[in-house]
Amino acid sequence: MKRRLRDVPWAVVMLLPSVVLIAVWTVYPLVKAVQNGHLRCDVTGTKCIDAGWGRYWDVFTSTEFQHALGVSLKLMALTVPAGLVLGVGLAVLADKHLRGIGVFRTIFSSTVATSVAVASLVWFVLLQPQIGVFADLFSGWFPVLKNPGLLNDPGTALLAVAFSSIWANLGFTFIIVTAALQSVPRDLYESAFVDGAGNVRRFTNVTLPMIAPTLLFVTVVLTTRALQTYGEIALLTGGGPNPEKSTTTIPYLIYGRNSIISGDLGTKSAAAVLLFVLSLALALVQFRGLDKRVHYGR
Amino acid sequence: MAADTVRGARKFGRYTLLVVLAVIVLFPIYAVVLQALKTGPDSLDHPRSLLPVDLTLSTIKAAWTQGNLGRLLLNSVFVSVMVTLGVVLTSLLAAYAFAFLQFPLKGPIFVLFLATMLVPAEVTVVINERTADSLGWVNSYQGLIVPSLASTFGIFLVRQVFLQLPTELREAASLDGVGHVRFLWEVAAPLSRPTLGALGLFTFLGTWNAYLWPSQVIRGDRAHETVQIGLERLKNNDISKINLVTGGLVVAALPIFIMLVLFQRQLVRGLTAGAVKG
Repeated sequence: MKRRLRDVPWAVVMLLPSVVLIAVWTVYPLVKAVQNGHLRCDVTGTKCIDAGWGRYWDVFTSTEFQHALGVSLKLMALTVPAGLVLGVGLAVLADKHLRGIGVFRTIFSSTVATSVAVASLVWFVLLQPQIGVFADLFSGWFPVLKNPGLLNDPGTALLAVAFSSIWANLGFTFIIVTAALQSVPRDLYESAFVDGAGNVRRFTNVTLPMIAPTLLFVTVVLTTRALQTYGEIALLTGGGPNPEKSTTTIPYLIYGRNSIISGDLGTKSAAAVLLFVLSLALALVQFRGLDKRVHYGR
Repeated sequence: MAADTVRGARKFGRYTLLVVLAVIVLFPIYAVVLQALKTGPDSLDHPRSLLPVDLTLSTIKAAWTQGNLGRLLLNSVFVSVMVTLGVVLTSLLAAYAFAFLQFPLKGPIFVLFLATMLVPAEVTVVINERTADSLGWVNSYQGLIVPSLASTFGIFLVRQVFLQLPTELREAASLDGVGHVRFLWEVAAPLSRPTLGALGLFTFLGTWNAYLWPSQVIRGDRAHETVQIGLERLKNNDISKINLVTGGLVVAALPIFIMLVLFQRQLVRGLTAGAVKG
């Protein structure tokens, strides 16, 4: 017993910095946001009354939140499957011992170096309707690029945001999947080859099951990132085009400079908590649903 | 002979595909860099040809002065370095406690720590903004740095490595009368250098690239803006000067590209550690 307690002062000293920081900047704001989510405020945001847990339902069913939820889910549907397929495709293609393959790997990883702001502004420049490169190159096939511009058309703005995110996330997916492919034991491929399995069979019967845990991880990360999309919206579209607000995602509804709830602490908190619950629930569903089909070979 | 031809054709096909895809992936970067290097800062157009000839640095120079990019880069470097040092230090300390010290409720406390990893910034920023406000930390370096100084992921990662160190090391050290601080500093930390490197690189990149929190805690104060949120100003100033944005992008992205080329291995290690974690 004495030995057990001897370390306690040291443990307290060493844990203290992390405990204080995490308590103040992660736990407190979470608890406080859950509490504030009960508040219903007047238009000025100064007078608030406690409306109880029911307030969450009100916020959830409000037109603004439902709209933003729809946009976020749409963005998720546009980015996650496409990003996953492209990333895995590139990784499989580059997973061969060819001369100069290192150069291709570096190129495919390169977008990991772009931040949200850099990637978004790159696409902002390229997609300019009058003076952008894409308008110049492709407006013959897609007139929308020039008039009114992919980012300015309510029907295509979210697609443009999706292009930017898929491209920016490609490097991340490529690196992770490449590492997973390299850890697949080569003799598995050899035995599959001896058994007469072709390229496709080898991919579906050996590669896919072996890298499934990694794919699960990447799916969860990409889903979470899609739900948390803020910077792309702030820089590319400002939540518009308006009045449709075609790209106002949930994070942009909460944090956007010109969002209609920007002065309303209660609604902002409730929306933030709902976003958290939503991403947690989706991650859980993905883990549960896919876990059964995943082979954790070590 | 025929088999050789088939193999050669296949190889050729694979290379062609790789080159086409590489061109597609690189095109956005190439086009922006070219636009920054080929046209003047006042140009309203992108270059008509995609060949790298007639290059000029005038756009980048104009973006540098008009965007105050030197100051922005300095701010980003300072904030990222401070956060990186802080995270490595707090992670080392906490991981040491979890790996080498005995104290009651260690398991449950560790699980609580891990649980906070699930809480995304998107939830906490609403309130943290007000906390920063009440501390007077809006538009300040403290506001940018302090909230990020602890990392549950870092603690977890370093603890993993510490647990793999042979227990005899610690036992032998305590027999020799070596205290916890010296053991951490002279034995445990140096032995974990690759992981600390990956954690450091990761924290640096994450802080450098952060957008949401800096955009909320720095409100129009140009002296404290990081490069990520300051770049936007080039775009908002005047739409006819869109070309300035390309110059700013080159300046903002270049340091990170260089860093990634230098530290590719650490980056992959860090990313895949995250994958194992998940």
